[in-house]
Formats: sequence, C-alpha cells, structure tokens
Amino acid sequence: MSDSLVIAGRELSSRLFLGTGKFSANKLIPDVVAAAGAEVVTVALRRVDTVYDEENIVNYIPKNCILMPNTSGARDSGEAVRIARLAKAAGCGNWIKIEVISDNRYLLPDNYETIKTTEILAAEGFVVFPYMSPDLMAARNLVKAGAAAVMPLGAPIGSNRGLKTKELIRILIEEIPLPVIVDAGIGRPSEAAEAMEMGAAAVLVNTAVATANDPITISRAFALAVEAGRLAFKAGPGAVQTIARASSPLTGFLRG
Amino acid sequence: MSFYDEVKKYQDFDFDGFFERTNEADVQRVLAKNRLTPLDFLALLSPTAEIYLEEMASKANRLTVQHFGRTMQLFTPIYVSDFCVNQCVYCGFRVTNGLKRHKLSAREVAAEAGKIAESGLKHILLLTGDSRQQSPVEYIKECAAILKGYFTSIGIEVYSLQGEEYAELVKAGVDSLTMFQETYDPVLYARLHPAGPKRDYRFRLEAPERGGAAGMRSLNVGALLGLGEWRRDAFFSGLHVDYLQRCYPAVEVGLCPPRMRPYSGADFQPASVVNDENLVQYIAAFRLFMPRSGVTVSTRESAAFRDNLVRLGVTRMSAGVSNAVGGHSAEDVTGQFEIADKRSVAEMAASLYRQGYQPVYKDWQML
Repeated sequence: MSDSLVIAGRELSSRLFLGTGKFSANKLIPDVVAAAGAEVVTVALRRVDTVYDEENIVNYIPKNCILMPNTSGARDSGEAVRIARLAKAAGCGNWIKIEVISDNRYLLPDNYETIKTTEILAAEGFVVFPYMSPDLMAARNLVKAGAAAVMPLGAPIGSNRGLKTKELIRILIEEIPLPVIVDAGIGRPSEAAEAMEMGAAAVLVNTAVATANDPITISRAFALAVEAGRLAFKAGPGAVQTIARASSPLTGFLRG
Repeated sequence: MSFYDEVKKYQDFDFDGFFERTNEADVQRVLAKNRLTPLDFLALLSPTAEIYLEEMASKANRLTVQHFGRTMQLFTPIYVSDFCVNQCVYCGFRVTNGLKRHKLSAREVAAEAGKIAESGLKHILLLTGDSRQQSPVEYIKECAAILKGYFTSIGIEVYSLQGEEYAELVKAGVDSLTMFQETYDPVLYARLHPAGPKRDYRFRLEAPERGGAAGMRSLNVGALLGLGEWRRDAFFSGLHVDYLQRCYPAVEVGLCPPRMRPYSGADFQPASVVNDENLVQYIAAFRLFMPRSGVTVSTRESAAFRDNLVRLGVTRMSAGVSNAVGGHSAEDVTGQFEIADKRSVAEMAASLYRQGYQPVYKDWQML
C-alpha cells in the first residue's frame, strides 16, 4: 500500500520539505534537493528577483518540485495576504506557506494573525500551510480557516535546538485531522526521525542543511532519517516499560 | 519614556572604573551566557576583553551563520542633494565648506537610479543633506516615487523628521530608516554641532523611535566612531538597538558601526583612533549582545578589511558606492568622505562567493 502524503490532490512520496534560505550559494540548491529527494521546496518571496537570472532563486529549484513560496517578512495578516498574492501573480503557484512574525528577537509566529491570513487565502483558493506556535486551540482554528496542514515549530527558527515543543506537537498530532508538519528548530537527522516516529506527516528543514559543512550529505542524512522515522511510526514501536513485569501481584488471583 | 531617558540613566556611570574592575573571569562568564545584559555587553567592550577577541569572534561567527546563514545583503546609497545647513565640524558637506552644491532633478534621479539598478541591486538608501529648503520632505517623497520603479526596498538617511513626516514617507514607499547619532555624549555632541537644526541632540536621538512608530520596517542606528570615546559610544549604540527592538518587536533593528574617514576640507582630528582590532571587538561584542540584529559595514572600510569582516557578524554591506550627488551618472563631483572600498557590485559579489558567502541583492518585496 502506498504511504504517500496527499495534500490538495498532490501525492508526495517524500516527507522531507526543504527551505532555501541561508545557503552560501543558490547553485547548491539543485544538488541539495536531489540528495534530499525533496518534492516540496519553500522560498521566501522577498528573495525572489525575477529580473536577474543568476540571482533568481526560483531558477535553481528543480522543475519537478512543488514551489511553496513563503510570506517571510510579513508582520501582520495584511502584509502576508499581499505577499501571497504577489507570489501567485509572479507565477509561483497556489501553495503558500504563511509566516507572520511580529517579534524579531525570537522570530516566533503570531498565531492570531496567521489564522486570519489562512482564512482569507484559503477562501481565495490557495493551498495554505501556516507556520505556527504549537497551540491546540490555534490549530483547531486553522483547521476551521481552511488550512491544508499545520506547521508547528519544534524550536525557534534557525535555532537547531530540536523538538523542544515535543509534548505540544504530540497533542496536535493526536487531535488535528490535518497533516502536522514540523517546521522550525530541527537541527539533526535524529530529531527529524523523532518527529516522524511521533507521527508527524512531514518535516521542513532549512538552517540545519544550509549551514552544515556539507549541505548535500546532510540532506541525504535527513532524507534517510525521515524515512526511518516514518517506517518506525508505521510499524508501531514496542511499548516502553518503566518496570519489568514478571508477575501480576495485584491481578494474578483472577487467574487463580 | 524614550531612549533619552535610558541614556540619562548612565550619566553618572563610572565607565573607567567599570573597565578597570572588569577582570578575565568576568569576560569568561559573559562568554558562557546565552542572553547578555547591557553590563555584560559593556564587559565585552572592555580593554580586558581584548584578550578574548578570538573567542568572541568565533562565537559571533557561529551566531551569525545560525541566524543569517552564509549570506550578505548588499545595497548602495544614492546621494540626491548635498545642500546642508549644519556645521558638523567633522563633515565634508557642512555649510561652511565651500563646495559646489548639487541637487538632482527628477530626471537626474531616474538616470542615477537606472545606472545603479544595472548592477542588479534592489535595495537603495536615499541620502540628502540637512536642508528643509533644498530637500524638503516633499522632494524626498518625489525621489522615493521614482526609486520605486527601480528598487524593491527604499531606505532613507536624511535629517531628523517629525513622526507624521516619517509616516508620509512610509506611505510613499520608504521602508527603512538609518540615523546616526554621531556621538551619544550630549556635551561632545553640542561641541561638534555648533549650529543648525542638527544641534538638537534629543530630537535626533528620538528620531528612530518616531520612525518605528510611523511604520518603518527597519531601523539602523549607531555612532560615528572616533568622535568620542569609542567604547562608550559603542555601548550606547548597542543599547539603542536593544531599546528600539524592545519598543518595536516587529521592526528589524540593526547597527551601523562607521569609523571616521578623511574628507574634503579636513581640519578635524578624531578624539580617539579606532583601530581594526577595536572595530572587530565592537562588532563581535554586539553580535553576542544582539544575536539576531543586522550589522552594516560601509565602504568607509577597505576591501581587505571588509573581506575579513564577512565572517565576524556583519550582515549588510554597501557596494558599488558613490557618495557624491549624481556620482553614478555625472562626472567631476565631490563625495562626502573618502571611499576606501571602491569595488563594483559585481566585484563585491565575486569576492563574497570566493569566501563561501552568497550576496543577497533582494531581501524585501515592496508591498
């Protein structure tokens, strides 16, 4: 049976999404995407320069990938909506990752503005992927607003600190009927595997790949980790026991 | 409350005593911390911390790569008018300096903008001298309207404006404000600015706050190093960034650490010489204090030195610079100060690539 992730009618065989910021050169991107086997690649519209080919990041994204522009730089819903429309007008398709950030010290997303943005853009026919702080009520509102998935952060963007919000993400995975894609904070392949083992539908990685000494090799490592984590989730790992269970002192009498 | 009150808190602070008391253990303790207090930052600016310059640089490099990646945002200034009514004793454009003044017409602004845009740059910084008569807000707005046709982000570095005026400029498409306090020492400030509207220390000090309230996306501040005791001005510059970031969390607040350069008609000697080591210490200390804030280094610095700064915490650099009015499209013009790094945008980009850094031409899309 196929284990593809299906979003908005698109069947994705790779559950590793890639970000394209922070690379030392755009020309690295095709090799990184290939090594990762990624099918969804996000790019900040603020960085897209449609005039100069060499600096136009979009030219470095393989044509078979789904381009998912993001609204990086938006401080409120109004700005995010305008960026999304500009992205669509620039030919970047109708998948959009919402980033609304009004705190420049930690770059934490503004869930309230994100929900408003999602509602507007989903109604306009966008396939909306909101980046969010992992909060159950906000996630439920995103579902109502028409999101295609929710993208909770594991730790602040760019921090490479791993799944610091693990318990909250676990609740989203249990409660939210949409794919839960862990977006920010994943620094190592083992953390990506951990998120997938928990039942995340996919993970998005950027800083950990872009700032690695060898971005191509690490993206391959991430791909393997995501696959391993997914397989483990499907297989259902054995239950963890805190004590050995050799006998049943309290209920043994029932079998007298 | 404004940053003026923050500066006042330190008016009786014994900086020399603090620096004398700061020992190596203090610096080590700060180096081990994740979040620094203002006095931690000051400890990193101390003479004692010079011993730990490599450790500071290494941490600064790590934090910068983490938050900004291996990228360098490029921009260039466009000087549209050098008419100025101020008498800043250290500036080549001051009113008493008998140079021939220029102001670009709309057509000249477009020609200059077109020339600059050929380099591929998308971020432009509009500069004028301080003359409400020659370069009124209306003129700045007209310039911005023209620049919108060539660039995706417009910054201004002009005289201090009122809040409503900043709001008008934001509406006209300006998204970022650069404002140099020159020195945060009010007594020295008065001496260096003997006449003209710029003499008002507080009005200038609070200008970035007015810009932030008016909706600017980014604010860049700093002192002109060398006018006063550099460690103090560095400290207040960092404090200013921190203050603005707290007031306006959604705004990208950044630091500019320019050093005094020789200029036409020079007769001013800087109070302190800020050597390369000092500047590296300042930038690294600031990076540790404000890990997510941008740091801009201009072509006042030499090509070789700028190349070495790439990995030390700098995130924005000017390139292909002329600091004369009409300098890209006209000939025989006088700049504000001597440019040390004369490389073109293409040469700068090639040099960044050689160092394993990506030049970023566009990092904002005007909405």
